[in-house]
Amino acid sequence: MNTPYIVEVRRAGVALGGRPIVRDIDLAVRAGEVVALLGANGSGKSTLVKAVVGLHPLSAGEVQLFGEPLADFHEWHRLGYVPQRSPSAQGVPSTVAEVVAAGRLSRRRPFMPARRSDREAVSRALDAVGLRDRARHPVSTLSGGQHQRVLIARTLAGEPELLVLDEPNAGVDLASQEAIAGTLSSLAAEGATIVVVLHELGHLADMIQRSVVLREGRVVYDGPPQDSPTEHDLHHEHHRPSTPPVVHPPLKAPLDRRA
Amino acid sequence: MDLLLAPFMLRALLAAAVTGLAAPAVGTYLVQRRLSLMGDGIGHVCVTGVALGLLTGTSPTLTAVIVAILGALLIELIRSTGKATGDVALALLFYGGIAGGLLLVSLAGNGVFALQQYLFGSINTISPSAVLVSVALAVVVLVLSFALLPQLFSVANDEDYARTTGLSVRFYNVVISVLAAVTVSVAMRTVGLLLVSALMIIPVATAQQFSRGFRTTMLGAMVAGTVAAVGGVGVSAFADVPPGATIVLVSLAGFALTAPLGLVVQRRRRALLPFPVQALSPVAETHDTVEEPHGHEHGPRCGHPAVEHGDHVDYIHHGHRHASHGGHYVEH
Repeated sequence: MNTPYIVEVRRAGVALGGRPIVRDIDLAVRAGEVVALLGANGSGKSTLVKAVVGLHPLSAGEVQLFGEPLADFHEWHRLGYVPQRSPSAQGVPSTVAEVVAAGRLSRRRPFMPARRSDREAVSRALDAVGLRDRARHPVSTLSGGQHQRVLIARTLAGEPELLVLDEPNAGVDLASQEAIAGTLSSLAAEGATIVVVLHELGHLADMIQRSVVLREGRVVYDGPPQDSPTEHDLHHEHHRPSTPPVVHPPLKAPLDRRA
Repeated sequence: MDLLLAPFMLRALLAAAVTGLAAPAVGTYLVQRRLSLMGDGIGHVCVTGVALGLLTGTSPTLTAVIVAILGALLIELIRSTGKATGDVALALLFYGGIAGGLLLVSLAGNGVFALQQYLFGSINTISPSAVLVSVALAVVVLVLSFALLPQLFSVANDEDYARTTGLSVRFYNVVISVLAAVTVSVAMRTVGLLLVSALMIIPVATAQQFSRGFRTTMLGAMVAGTVAAVGGVGVSAFADVPPGATIVLVSLAGFALTAPLGLVVQRRRRALLPFPVQALSPVAETHDTVEEPHGHEHGPRCGHPAVEHGDHVDYIHHGHRHASHGGHYVEH
């Protein structure tokens, strides 16, 4: 394969408040790949993608997007990040169309009014997630699943080549999960590169080409999704073929009752 | 009627109108960022600015603008570096601003009375040049508020996401802070520093009861602010009451009068919600199997309200929730 790397993470570490969350991760994603980042809560998958899109500083290693180190990266219109939905209510009402239009700003210059192409991109994005009829509704009147679709539409409005999604199925009803899976499949068919953080493959299982499983901030599996360790495996002590199992010496805290 | 056409009255009405337009425009961004009290913080800092002007014999408006901008930048710096939460940062500036102002004024030797026209507004004695400065500053504030609306909205709405679209979040946050500082200086002569924040926030609270979007909230707030400011000056001219306080009370009356209508609108809007998402409960709830016959399979278009419930969707059916489970429905 000679397709270029779209995302290249080399020996990356991320520490939040002095605590290492992501440790020594290597990850390379080629153009057109659809990669799922899996792992239990607290395994560092959200932190990793936030570092990849530049929201968390790296404590070690480096990240390259489209062949540029993150610090020099300026082609933000090629990147589309869909953050995890946060339930916090906004201070002022905003319509679905207003929120989605914010995704177009990667291609707009300040002080310039929206052009026809900008408005069309917003309409197309709303169509893609099936919320065209909700464009003038306040975001606060949407269900969790519809809100998640708005966040995806916002990112699609920027017409990115790389999509990075953080748990798009968390707290989302089944109908919306199907709608999201449909949207992402057609994007993948058009050649988009997709990195998606998931708790479980769920409705997206058919389109995922590669699974990367994280555990305690490290990659413990990288390969075809069907061979990836299940949730069950990850919740129990196990050892990787390449490294011997770590056997902790018996420890006793000073105040433990002596046996 | 003659009173309303007197030159000083026309100046007052013009100054009130531009304040009523500009203050809510910036106020909308402050409410969106949950910094409603920022106007108060800057207003208090302005007291020091005015006192500095009185002490040095320069224009108090000029020194107020400069000190207000410095104060706003300081609030933004403290907030963004996370050294203190937003409200603690504001509180520190509140007290420093007022205390500094009082100290400087007493040094100037003209006592607290010199401050009074700035603290409570003095729109009826405003000079033609001061009106001109107010109009010019208000125009700058309005042009920037509208020209940069998409960017400022995105940053105020979702700072992290805005960063991934290549926007300089820090720059736009500074723009909002500076706009707030300039607005406070404009409104200083109209409603006074102690009440300036009211004209930035109350019209927004009035407008957002009815509006669906950010832009309509801003426009509605500007209408409400202008009506309150011009109406307040008019009332104070006939009733011989202080204009600053009257403007704020008229604004509050507008909110109070529209609140019942706002409640109705809110309730109707809530009814449009698919159904509130139930809190996830990790503990299994007691399930009762429902025996009643089902004419249809519950689905997105069956007409029964859907409720997200943990990992599945329930459908409200005759006052209880149905969840598809195997071949039957269980009641939650």
